Amino acid sequence: MTTDALAAPGSRPGWLSRLFAGRGGPIAVVVLAILTLWYAGAVYLNAPGMIDAFEREKRAWSTAELIEGTWSQDRPLLPAPHQVLVEMKKTILDKPITSKRSLVFHAWVTLSSTLLGFAIGTGLGIVLAVGIVHVRTLEKSLMPWIISSQTIPILAIAPMVVVVLGAIGLRGLVPKAIISTYLCFFPVTIGMVKGLRSPDLLQMDLMRTYNASRWQTFWKLRWPSSLPFLFTSLKVAVAISLVGAIVGELPTGAQAGLGARLLAGSYYGQTIQIWSALLTAAALAAAMVGLVGLTERFVLRRMGARP
Amino acid sequence: MTPLPLQSEPTAPPEPAAGDGRRVVQARDLTLTFQTADGPVYALSNIDLDIEQGDFVSFIGPSGCGKTTLLRAIADLEHLSGGTLTVNGVSPHQARLNRDYGYVFQAPALYPWRSIERNVTLPLEIMGVPRAERRERARTYLDLVNLAGFEKKFPWQLSGGMQQRASIARALCFDPALLLMDEPFGALDEIVRDHLNEQLLQLWSKTGKTVVFVTHSIPEAVFLSTKIVVMSPRPGRIIDVIPTDFPRDRNLDMRETPAFLEVAHRVREGLRAGHSYDD
Repeated sequence: MTTDALAAPGSRPGWLSRLFAGRGGPIAVVVLAILTLWYAGAVYLNAPGMIDAFEREKRAWSTAELIEGTWSQDRPLLPAPHQVLVEMKKTILDKPITSKRSLVFHAWVTLSSTLLGFAIGTGLGIVLAVGIVHVRTLEKSLMPWIISSQTIPILAIAPMVVVVLGAIGLRGLVPKAIISTYLCFFPVTIGMVKGLRSPDLLQMDLMRTYNASRWQTFWKLRWPSSLPFLFTSLKVAVAISLVGAIVGELPTGAQAGLGARLLAGSYYGQTIQIWSALLTAAALAAAMVGLVGLTERFVLRRMGARP
Repeated sequence: MTPLPLQSEPTAPPEPAAGDGRRVVQARDLTLTFQTADGPVYALSNIDLDIEQGDFVSFIGPSGCGKTTLLRAIADLEHLSGGTLTVNGVSPHQARLNRDYGYVFQAPALYPWRSIERNVTLPLEIMGVPRAERRERARTYLDLVNLAGFEKKFPWQLSGGMQQRASIARALCFDPALLLMDEPFGALDEIVRDHLNEQLLQLWSKTGKTVVFVTHSIPEAVFLSTKIVVMSPRPGRIIDVIPTDFPRDRNLDMRETPAFLEVAHRVREGLRAGHSYDD
């Protein structure tokens, strides 16, 4: 996720004009820097293993051979970028998506529980925020619990959730979605409490002069005022929702999903597989945040936001 | 300042409706005190005031004299601490429930996500007026404030003066007999303000509404009003009530006439008597 995605709601030029207005350059420089560091890191980390291998074969080696070797090991400590890309091409494009070895299949498994968790978490977050804004007791009683809920490491909670839900017969999608929900309701609640309280005194007084009901004040003033805050929260929520789903796949010995791929990769020392699952997860998160951003732009434009 | 409760109880026992039924606002010995952390602030004390139907009444005074508080009390946006106040013969609370008045704030307070038309029709939506009639009324009142053709624009596309005119149309569109205006042109430059003053006068004589208008500009108060209420701070009180007898159709040139200057002078005298010019 980029800091851009978290930027406060406001007007920004379209992505096309941004790309051509000189932002393509800086991005390319950053990508180049990352790739350079990555390749250098691969050489540095994989060289000892490579040297061992050369010595076991009792053959002489040149620096060029060493470098080339570090970038083409089967189980490198740190695979080179092109190795990961080749693996991703193999598992995303070349395999039928129904295959257990297809990353698309695994990504879909994770994505489906991410989206379910995101939907539930968003709904829960909004409901909590509405309650907190309207009922003073709820603010006093709920807020401390909501905040402390986020201090518990999700890795500690995830196995409990899976075990407990498994005992009552819920397996697969739902437990993972619940873990996503647990993570992603929080930014939504915090953002929406702020958003629903964002109308200023005059805007509230105006409703009072019309003798508007709470319900009317909510739908005609609080809710529209809160939407920019909602979208900012949703960008955070959707990304950590994916984290929740992946974490939910780790302790369960799940057979499918990006988390399962990560786990399997680490069992068998398949670092290339781990990295390709990681990059796929990152791309998935970027795509979802981008989608939320597009929705935001569309909705806020319709609500008269300055282009 | 104490926070405003969402719903307020009727603040004063409803007085019998004023004799001829033409008295729109009646205040007797009204006091209003804010409890603050630093002790009580006497915002209003011993206010006696009568506003007749069709009047254009201005409250004038330096900041802190309670003129806005008095207006907000009439609108049931503040609680009285003592005395009685009736609006249209009932308590301010009941008057607010009856939607007896339209309120124009210091800032336009337009909702930025609504087009100008939908901002103007907001009170109608809340009151459950059908859609077709809402559109009709928006057209009528936007026409009245010279904003025809701006229905589909959003607030940020309009200048400050146009936004304030839209907010006046919003206050008028449900046709309340009483218009409460809290320094509506205070944030605008003098040229725009002069222009809007003229338009407001035309509007007042066209619609025959009762207007209560808060200002801190002497020329504005004298130019617009049939009655000027001079107020002074600490505690907020009424120093003088000055009737003017200019004709209803006034123009800006009137402000150079001796009669106009004489009234302005009396307003200034009142302000001085209330120590408004002291350090």
